[in-house]
Amino acid sequence: MSRGDRAIAYRAGPAGPATAGLLSAVCAGGGQLLNRQYAKGAIFMAAYAVALIVGVPRIGRALEGLITLGDTPTRIVDGTLVRGDHSIFLLINGLLALFAGAALLLLHALNVADAYRHRAALIAGGGAFSGTRRYGDAAAAAQALPKLGRAAPTHRRPRDGRTALLLLAPALLFVLFVSVVPMLFNVLIAFTNYASPNHIPDRSLVSWTGLQTFSRLLSDRAWTSTFGGIFAWNVVWAVLSTLVAYFGGLAVALLIEHRLVRFKKLWRTAFVLPWAFPSFIAILVFRVLFNGALGPVNGLLERAGLPAVPWLSDPTVAKLTVLLVHFWMSMPFLMALLAGILTTIPKDLYEAAEVDGAGGASKFRRITMPHVLIATSPILIMQFASNFNNFNLIYLLTDGGPPNPDYYFAGSTDILLSWIYKMTLEQNQFNMASAVSIVMFVVVALVSVLNYSRTHSFREKD
Amino acid sequence: MKRMQDHLVAAGLYALLAAIFAATVYPLVWVAGTALNPGDTLLISSMVPEHPTLRHFGRLLRETDFALWYRNTMFISVSNMLLSTLLVTVTAYAFSRLRFKGRQVGLMTLLVLQMFPGFLSIMAIFVLLLQTGLLNTHLGLILIYTGGSVSFGVWVMKGYFDTIPRSLEEAAIIDGAGRADVFVRILLPLSVPAITFVMLTAFIGPVMDFILPQIVLRSSDKMTLAQGLYGMVSDKMNSSFSLFAAGSVLTALPITALYMFFQKYLIHGLAAGADKG
Repeated sequence: MSRGDRAIAYRAGPAGPATAGLLSAVCAGGGQLLNRQYAKGAIFMAAYAVALIVGVPRIGRALEGLITLGDTPTRIVDGTLVRGDHSIFLLINGLLALFAGAALLLLHALNVADAYRHRAALIAGGGAFSGTRRYGDAAAAAQALPKLGRAAPTHRRPRDGRTALLLLAPALLFVLFVSVVPMLFNVLIAFTNYASPNHIPDRSLVSWTGLQTFSRLLSDRAWTSTFGGIFAWNVVWAVLSTLVAYFGGLAVALLIEHRLVRFKKLWRTAFVLPWAFPSFIAILVFRVLFNGALGPVNGLLERAGLPAVPWLSDPTVAKLTVLLVHFWMSMPFLMALLAGILTTIPKDLYEAAEVDGAGGASKFRRITMPHVLIATSPILIMQFASNFNNFNLIYLLTDGGPPNPDYYFAGSTDILLSWIYKMTLEQNQFNMASAVSIVMFVVVALVSVLNYSRTHSFREKD
Repeated sequence: MKRMQDHLVAAGLYALLAAIFAATVYPLVWVAGTALNPGDTLLISSMVPEHPTLRHFGRLLRETDFALWYRNTMFISVSNMLLSTLLVTVTAYAFSRLRFKGRQVGLMTLLVLQMFPGFLSIMAIFVLLLQTGLLNTHLGLILIYTGGSVSFGVWVMKGYFDTIPRSLEEAAIIDGAGRADVFVRILLPLSVPAITFVMLTAFIGPVMDFILPQIVLRSSDKMTLAQGLYGMVSDKMNSSFSLFAAGSVLTALPITALYMFFQKYLIHGLAAGADKG
């Protein structure tokens, strides 16, 4: 093969760009040899051989595994255990093979394009053969690559693409392996029967089941009511916790700003402490403080002659406790933030309002509120999103409890995320956990994209 | 009469402030009190112990692996801080200053990824780490943290870079400076607030996190502070609240000091990230 290519290459004269491209398509490096880029052609050819001999068969096998998810279950033959296929490993390997295959195809396409363009440049440049050779292959490659971006707007400097690729490569790899691959894997699981007790590798095989998991989630009564109940509480929780902390923070900031209050800085520093205190420790401390039988809070109530409160064991009270603890933890940040924004409101606005005879309430409603809301609406939405998924608070404070007998694998204060966690790590209901997370992801992603696409970055001009 | 009214209002305001103050510090004082109180009970009789002792701190260091957890946590946090700051700065520079195909798509992808809680992919991360031999290693955990911090950090950092006028850099380039030179000598020094913010969040994240270590680190000699302290409270048979309190104090003091010291950067960094990013 390679000898034939070289023979063509030496006759170099009339072959057009299409011939060079075709040669490279059949065998990588072929077109480059035709263009008399011998070193480059040889390297491309060697890489092509390695990919064909080592890479392609492996990718093929892995893709086959992705489709079948294994066909030999673990079994006992003549009294000894014979390991079968591990469906989940097959799935992950298949996924990685998909990416590897795509990368190989992309490289091959670049190789073809390179041969084509270089040939075209040679023909256009007349007898430029020797010239290109003198400048070397790297320079030719440097000219060929950026042109891949079609119809580049004029402000796109020609070398930006290559620099960007170089700078972005590490982040790209990280994001690919830590975020994208795991996320795709997670999505795929929803379309299998991967769940305890019957389909746990490598004791037994997992297979593709299409949309069955979703139809169970939406039609099986117990699943539907668990999902509906948790989803409703999750939304109520996210809205209430955000609003309560926000307006609480605003109230405290205004309180400190009051003209009769002295030592403003001191109060602000004292009140911001909970924000600086590590949140997971604070949550664990509250877990101990609100303990029903031994907790110091109930101890205090008892000494004051008041009845004990089931802080964490009554479904309704537990929800209020979660809100209370969240308020303690989040109010300080919002107070500090809003205090900063309050100082940016021009004083003459208030003075003008006073001249017009406006009272305190109407000054607040007409001047303070609009100003603060406009400045902090992105923060408000960010807080909403992070509260929606505030796993640490729920799990470390209540474990999702108290247990709810009407729910599948969930308690009264569980939010979707802690429910998913329980289904995954405690109950091995992987496919259902994955289906719920897909639904959740769609909701959160829609909200955040809507929010961000209106902010600065996407309206940038240059 | 006006003075009289002012006094009444002031009294009300101060009463309110005092109440908020009490609720704010009660849990903090309780932890400190429990840590210093000689006994091993939850119900300390007075907030300020009569016979304060450092006994529990000594026990914490002798009887538990607290020092080891501390070292592990610091190693993971500092490594993540350095690695992700480097990655975030370089990536954000590309998104802010270069114009290339797929830029908008890349930004939007990062945005969506950032909204997806990392540990939803626990299963896949577990299998991937297992297959690469990185399960139960600090390196595995650090790589996951770094990968996870890219999307959020890049948005904050890019937003900040965007606010720095390009004319400065263009002037330097006309004077013959290279791109790398401009980045290191001009852009980085101007971005100290954003870099501080990204470094701090990358440092604090692993200290606070509980779930990922719980999944990745399987043996007790690899554990982090959060895992260790959670174990002390959740273990129903063998709870030692005094030890937990002592450990909390030792963990919280440096973190709280860090937060208070960098308060401006942390609070306004987040605001800037949301507003301009």
